[in-house]
Amino acid sequence: MAFYIAKRLLLMIPTLFGAAVLVFVLMHLIPGDICMLRLAGGGSSLDPKVLQACRTELGLDQPMISQFMVFLKGLVTFDLGTSMWTGRPVIEEVVLRFQLSLQVAIMATLTAIAIAIPLGTISAVKHNTWIDYIVRGFSIAGVAMPSFWLGILIILGILITSKAWFGSPWMPPIKYVPIWVDPIYNLSMLIWPALATGYRYSAVATRMTRSAMLEVLREDYVRTARAKGLFRKLIVRRHALRNALLPVITVIGIEFAFLIGGLVVTEQVFNLNGLGKLFVESVSNNDYTMTQALVMLVVAIFAFTNLAVDVIYAWLDPRIRVNR
Amino acid sequence: MSLSRWKLAFLAIAGLLLGPALSLSAQAETPKKGGILKFVVPDEPPSFDGHRETTFALIHPIAPFYSVLIRVNPDDPSAPDFVCDLCTEMPKPTDGGKTFTFKIRKGVKFHDGSPLTAKDVNASFQRIIFPPEGVQSARKAQFTMVESVSAPDDETVVFKLKYPSGAFLPALASPYHFIYSKAVLDKDQHWYEKNVMGSGPFIFDGREAGAVIRGKRNPNYYHAGQPYLDGFEAIFAKKESLRVQAIRGDQAAIEFRGFPPKSRDDLVAALGKDITVQESNWNCVLIVTPNSRKKPFDDVRVRKALTLAVDRWAGSRDLSKIAIVKAVGGIVFPGHPLAATDKELEQLAGYSHDIAASREKAKQLLKEAGVPDLKFTLSNRAVDQPYTIVGTWLIDQWRQVGITATQKMEPTGPFYATLEHGAFDAALEFNCQSVVNPLADTAKFLPNAGDQYGGFKDDESIKLFDAMNRTADVAEQRRLMRAYEKRTLDEEVHNFITLWWYRIIPHRSYVKGWKISPSHYLNQDLANVWLDK
Amino acid sequence: MIWQFIIRNPLGAAGALIVVVMIAMAIFAEEVTRYDPLANNFGDMLSPPSVDYWLGTDQYGRDQFTRIVFGARTALLVGFASAFIGATLGLVLGVASAYFGGWFDLIFQRVMDVLMAFPLIILALAVVSIFGTGTLNVIFAITIPFIPRCARVVRSSALAVREMPYIDAARACGFSHGRIVLRHMVPNVMAPYLIIMTAAVGQAILIEASLSYLGLGVQEPTPAWGLMLRGGAEDYAESAPWVAIFPGIAISLAVFGFNLFGDSLRDWLDPKMKV
Repeated sequence: MAFYIAKRLLLMIPTLFGAAVLVFVLMHLIPGDICMLRLAGGGSSLDPKVLQACRTELGLDQPMISQFMVFLKGLVTFDLGTSMWTGRPVIEEVVLRFQLSLQVAIMATLTAIAIAIPLGTISAVKHNTWIDYIVRGFSIAGVAMPSFWLGILIILGILITSKAWFGSPWMPPIKYVPIWVDPIYNLSMLIWPALATGYRYSAVATRMTRSAMLEVLREDYVRTARAKGLFRKLIVRRHALRNALLPVITVIGIEFAFLIGGLVVTEQVFNLNGLGKLFVESVSNNDYTMTQALVMLVVAIFAFTNLAVDVIYAWLDPRIRVNR
Repeated sequence: MSLSRWKLAFLAIAGLLLGPALSLSAQAETPKKGGILKFVVPDEPPSFDGHRETTFALIHPIAPFYSVLIRVNPDDPSAPDFVCDLCTEMPKPTDGGKTFTFKIRKGVKFHDGSPLTAKDVNASFQRIIFPPEGVQSARKAQFTMVESVSAPDDETVVFKLKYPSGAFLPALASPYHFIYSKAVLDKDQHWYEKNVMGSGPFIFDGREAGAVIRGKRNPNYYHAGQPYLDGFEAIFAKKESLRVQAIRGDQAAIEFRGFPPKSRDDLVAALGKDITVQESNWNCVLIVTPNSRKKPFDDVRVRKALTLAVDRWAGSRDLSKIAIVKAVGGIVFPGHPLAATDKELEQLAGYSHDIAASREKAKQLLKEAGVPDLKFTLSNRAVDQPYTIVGTWLIDQWRQVGITATQKMEPTGPFYATLEHGAFDAALEFNCQSVVNPLADTAKFLPNAGDQYGGFKDDESIKLFDAMNRTADVAEQRRLMRAYEKRTLDEEVHNFITLWWYRIIPHRSYVKGWKISPSHYLNQDLANVWLDK
Repeated sequence: MIWQFIIRNPLGAAGALIVVVMIAMAIFAEEVTRYDPLANNFGDMLSPPSVDYWLGTDQYGRDQFTRIVFGARTALLVGFASAFIGATLGLVLGVASAYFGGWFDLIFQRVMDVLMAFPLIILALAVVSIFGTGTLNVIFAITIPFIPRCARVVRSSALAVREMPYIDAARACGFSHGRIVLRHMVPNVMAPYLIIMTAAVGQAILIEASLSYLGLGVQEPTPAWGLMLRGGAEDYAESAPWVAIFPGIAISLAVFGFNLFGDSLRDWLDPKMKV
């Protein structure tokens, strides 16, 4: 097992390198640069000399290859550099936002697991009954509703109901406070985006649980167990669910990593100051260093989550040999 | 002398417009002390260095930390004349209008306790007007008339000009010209990009990346009794609907950029007298720039057809319900003495009240130019207010003379790259200035301006503009401005104006002391703002 | 056979119905409505739903029903094109990777890892930032991130299939790689392929809506559902809720239809279910 994990860790190096190349090329392919944006974006007069000075300062007039080497050197020495937009260390910019995104991701995942596993199992066991139809309808609706639209509706709903109930409109806080500082304030802000994303996430996981369960329930060993006269609940719990969890874990693992970096749209709707929003802003600001650092961060998180998923996978299903 | 005539003309008009507002402020209540003002800001500032940045996102959270030399009157920011902040009185120019000598207040202290003297003012303006190698000064070009700046002693700063210019004082009054400490600049010219240390009404009290910037009261502030607030919180919120809701839910009291009319109506409907609305024409204008390098836009008939098809008067009526635009105008800020009157506007292509006739003419011109059913792409900035809305409206206007335009929206970076490389058919862009200063603001329409993307040559318009800037006679300035405007918008149609912006600030009624101005860059040091709670 | 499908899959039939209605709307848009989806009419700006305007009007006074009907064209084009191209490329790559294993699989996996590690919407966002907005670019932007996702799911199913005795048997019989892959492996991963592809149509419609909502997809004045939810819809949600509600329902219903249909189709077609 230790050998397997070591091997996987080594395999991450090419992944990270590939991601570094890809993000560097993508970012530099986007037309425009941060200097033009900063100096002309406000609509006041533009001085070409100042534009040149800005490009020189940020090294944008250097050849691509040397810009890439600077980036790579930073990566190897774990120095993410400074944001081109604010001129501050990337770490400083990311820390607060990371906390927020991580918390929403965890809350959404918990919501999803709490909903998905019981619903998916019951839907499979009661296959083609009205319970199945309701669960499927619920989960498919979750995948179908755009999370940004759900967000708009939630905000609208909060405004209208709070006005109806308390007389004056209430809206969730717009400023993030860490949960250990003020849990109630924190939760009253983050519960809504967590629900909006968690619902969608649970829908994906419910579907996966259901179809995996359906497949497993038809396997020989389940039929054998049934033939042996074991109780239905016991069969479901001990034999079926355990095996059905494999693809479900994959989905939850993948979706979790996606959530951290990819709360993009939800963060826009709720104006959450998280990684997703920072990402969109950095891309639209042509902030190379920030975007590259964020991508590398997300890729690293993703790679580690994948590793964790695979280790659990192997642990749950002895048929899959880890040293293969 | 010319300046005083200027002022007179201004005051006459300003008096008419602002009479009611002034009488209101005359019976103002006594300010209450204390409280934290929370306001929302659409964007986060890039760096903290006012000399280098050009965005209002820097002014709103950072300006309260700094003093400036001169500024618009904080109690009447729409008035055309300037008042002292750090100086003791507005100087009369000497040497035939070429020398301005400012006396600096005594006893002003930076937030670190060190005294602020003329040396610091001089060092700051040296950095702005004659930046050392490696320092970016965004508004350096506005000071081409300045020959030298000096501080003969600790209380005096002298500006010497190469020639008298009506554009000097407005340029000097830009809200970006923060006064920095010479001692700090001597050590590191870049220190102010990441740090804050001024002498303004508020002291920097921390930043949370992407979320908030805080300021606390400066107890040693030199304007007696001010500031009234204990502090402020600038909260960054990119989305407009959320900023509106933040004010509804009282998470913030005000936003200083401007909301669309419909949001104002919704807020007033929901909150009634808890909301106060201030409105003003806005010194920003949306401009269509046809790419004169490109066929068929190299043909003036095609460019003229484009402007003739646009019904500005109806557009003003309709769009002012949904977008932050309103006034119909030429190249000069509407209402300014140098601006065209409605009568004068009607002489220009596309400003006639008889839109049917204009559109007939447009079709005729397109036919003559050999492109009766012209198709092209309008490059636009992917920002809703007001770009997308006005762009979508323009496309519908052009549709009515048989032109098919599609809209290409780009984020700001790629959009300006498109403009810079001339890779567009026509673009919807803008000009947005702080102090109303048409003599400098209209430089945008020159063929050799740094931000002119039309790609045309026109020595005649350069000549007109230079002559206008070198005369001190207002009547002559006005005559030259008309000729320059006619040439730009009508004869050559290098660029054409759609509508001027309109600034609407609906805020919580407990916010007092803040007055709207024609620019979201002006009057933001918050020293005279107080909360009536 | 169709009747049998309806009886056994009432949900799937409902999904199919939604899909058919949507396709019909897209094809016969001009006949369905009497308004021009592009013409501004500020006199009737933000009118509530009425006999004249069934679903109300937006801030430009354009009929919402008309724009939703025409919007179906955009949604279907983007949805079908990107789902089909993305899923099919994913199928080919995923099965090949699982079957051949070894170095090929290893390298392929790394490339997929890199692509997968970019959140879908971010990759799409980068592609749109580079190539610009517009329908074709949006299709391209959505297809690229689909490929590794489909490939990965297909591969993990194919890995299990590869361990099956009948594959060993086929190998022992000396069948060619091509034959084993196409005849024995691909049919056995059709279920994940189909479920992924039908879900992908829905997902593509969703991403297109999200990109348009972010201002990076289809542009005004083209009618598109996500675009209708942008800007005005949020600003005016409270006083003119029809602007925020109906386009969202259109998106949800369309995606709902495709997913429902795909889900049932899968249950129905899955060879193991007939055992």
